[in-house]
Amino acid sequence: MEPIIIEGTPKTPSIKFDTQDGVFEIKGRSIPENSVEFYKPLNEWLDQYMQTPLDKTVVNIRLEYFNTSSSKCILDVFKRLEAIHRSKHDVEINWFYEEDDEDMLEAGEDYDSIIKVPFKMIEIVE
Amino acid sequence: MSFDLENLVSDLDIRGAVLYYKGNVDSDTITKALDLVEKKLFATREAPRLRKKVYNVLVESLQNLYHHSDKVPRGYHAARPDRFGLVVMEKIGRGYRITTCNFVAAVRVKELEEKLTRINRSTPEEIKEQYKDILNHQEITEKGLGGLGLLDIARKTGHRIDFRFKKYDNLNTAFRLTAVVAQV
Repeated sequence: MEPIIIEGTPKTPSIKFDTQDGVFEIKGRSIPENSVEFYKPLNEWLDQYMQTPLDKTVVNIRLEYFNTSSSKCILDVFKRLEAIHRSKHDVEINWFYEEDDEDMLEAGEDYDSIIKVPFKMIEIVE
Repeated sequence: MSFDLENLVSDLDIRGAVLYYKGNVDSDTITKALDLVEKKLFATREAPRLRKKVYNVLVESLQNLYHHSDKVPRGYHAARPDRFGLVVMEKIGRGYRITTCNFVAAVRVKELEEKLTRINRSTPEEIKEQYKDILNHQEITEKGLGGLGLLDIARKTGHRIDFRFKKYDNLNTAFRLTAVVAQV
């Protein structure tokens, strides 16, 4: 399956979901005015990936900032990962947050309580 | 003197503000404002925790203007009638105060007032639960998620959101919203 690779901008994260090298990552800032438009290609890619996923999918979320409009789109990504997990495939979400960034930690905990997928909180110590 | 949105912020220190803008709020305006404020927050060596909170609250405040401002009243001077607003960000003590003003249709005032009153009466735990409930159960629209931005501001600041309305005419009301991000 062709990977999806999107370069980051000051308002949108870089995205790399690549089945060849097993990298699934969203990184940077996600604060666009129209998040639905931005995340549409990723969710479409995941819809296809869900048909024949890898035995294990590890997704790294390394966000510095995200707005409330992105929060729903990120949840949509996680719901697709949850569906893969439900279909008896291993899925793991690593939620990275910077030291002392309690807001980002809490945001990860919110998702963890909504999504039934193994969720790991990883503190980045500078 | 005819009414101007600036009348709503006459008690604020506009000249000494970290950020002051009045005009149409498009995506480019938001990007420039965020960039300017981030540079200033780095230049003043604010603690990362405060810097991030301020940035987050400013993002939601500006995008509230972008998504939720109603058209300016007929006869009000604006380059374009849509997405018109005002933002003031001031340094106060060891924190920051972010104030936005915009027009809302008079018919929306009651709903907005009730929403903000409900948020201000909620405990931090209730705000967290309301946020998760909207996040998980509400469909996203062109204007975002109903009230999630306000809940996020309340959650990140931990303070009640100050707001006031001033009737412009029978169809339009000027709205001011203030959030304070204190040093933690």
